[in-house]
Amino acid sequence: MIKAENIFKSFGENEVLKGISTVFETGKTNLIIGRSGSGKTVLLKILVGLYRATSGKVWYDDVLFSELSPKKTKPIRSKIGMLFQSSALFDSMTVNENIGFPLNMFTNMTSSEKQNRIDEVLERVSLEGTNNRFPSEISGGMQKRVGIARAIVMKPKYLFCDEPNSGLDPKTSLVIDELIKSITIENKMTTIINTHDMNSVMEIGENINLLVDGHLAWKGHRSEVLRTDNDILRDFIFASPFLQKLRSKALSNTSQ
Amino acid sequence: MILKFFHHFGRYILMLSKAVARPEKFSMYWKETVRQMYNIGIGSLIIIALISIFIGAVTAVQFSYQLGGTMIPPYYIGYIVRDITIIELAPTISCLVLAGKVGSSFASEIGGMRQKEHIDALDVMGLNSANYLITPKIIAGLTMIPILVTVSAFVGIMGGYLASVPTGIITEEEYVRGTRSFFEPFNVYMMYVKAVVFAFILTSVSCYQGYYVTGGSIELGKASTNSVVFSSILILLADYIIAVILTG
Repeated sequence: MIKAENIFKSFGENEVLKGISTVFETGKTNLIIGRSGSGKTVLLKILVGLYRATSGKVWYDDVLFSELSPKKTKPIRSKIGMLFQSSALFDSMTVNENIGFPLNMFTNMTSSEKQNRIDEVLERVSLEGTNNRFPSEISGGMQKRVGIARAIVMKPKYLFCDEPNSGLDPKTSLVIDELIKSITIENKMTTIINTHDMNSVMEIGENINLLVDGHLAWKGHRSEVLRTDNDILRDFIFASPFLQKLRSKALSNTSQ
Repeated sequence: MILKFFHHFGRYILMLSKAVARPEKFSMYWKETVRQMYNIGIGSLIIIALISIFIGAVTAVQFSYQLGGTMIPPYYIGYIVRDITIIELAPTISCLVLAGKVGSSFASEIGGMRQKEHIDALDVMGLNSANYLITPKIIAGLTMIPILVTVSAFVGIMGGYLASVPTGIITEEEYVRGTRSFFEPFNVYMMYVKAVVFAFILTSVSCYQGYYVTGGSIELGKASTNSVVFSSILILLADYIIAVILTG
């Protein structure tokens, strides 16, 4: 479980987060959604420790993460995996080397143990046999899957995903969403996904947090989204006329 | 302006203090250091040799012109080429060239990693990114640049020979006599002091410019340019200070 307590964050005069308090539950896909500029990425970076909040606290289970010195965050960091928006794969390394990087750096595993673990996670993301290819030689969707493989290779307890579907086609997005969801359940992880992909919201949103102008405007399960009377949420999720029509149709079908 | 200077200076010191830490895993850092040593050393060898040969050659030709019609014996050309190459031209010109070649590549490499979230990825893993990315580059610079400066001094003196002996300006015997006259070992010490100080300046300043890059490709280009400009200015300033301290 990860808990954010009254998080404020300012960049100079610009106050981006204005008192966010929420809980991200273990074994669930927790979503942070909101318009561009609503503070999603800033909140995610505060949760993961890349930014320091102006005020407020971040708890990882019973550890007050936000108050720890960089050295003391190491035990927690070893349990964190993160998938970046750009995948952040090292260009000069092969897929095998990218995934093996945390193992080489932080473990004393033998070469064969490391290779077994790399092959295991590559199989989990359905990319067997791509070990010797470079990031530039694989597609965007495959890069995301390599990013996921690298994020889970150390068997993390906490998984962060920053816009995992950006730049992907709807079908590949679905594959990535399903992969993140199943990995979360299998490993009983606390997964936090920052997204503005509405398919993700409706497919895997178990604990959705809607940010509007730095405030938490709504929190709930995807099943509540369709029938919500929250105008802000409705305007955000069903923004296009097409989705509005779909929603009306779905509601009329369920009421009949 | 002054505030900006202190802001950058403070951040530069903070970055260096972060970079000086015990490596997470020695073997990984060693691999990275060797990679950087290869890039700096082998990657810059030809350009340094090429520039040095011309530096020596031009120095010899210019001095033979200056000495023409004077009472100074011609073998002084060898002596002057040797000393000016060792004391000034080999360390300073080589490091100015390396600031352009190595410095800009460091700034672009680290800046690109910042923009592609590679540095964030390292930080999230719990790795000290400054330590992993900057320390191997500084160590590689501090080891390889003095070697390149040594090569530069040797090739420079050879360049003086090639420009003055085969062309008939002086005889081989005179040139060799000149290069062996009035030798002061302290000058070699001064060359290495300069090489080490300049190496530290050009590697650390370039890494600083790349490490804190923000924005897009224009900012990355600016960081690369700034790394060359600031390294060059600081190298020339340090050159003056070292000259004053060591010869004063």
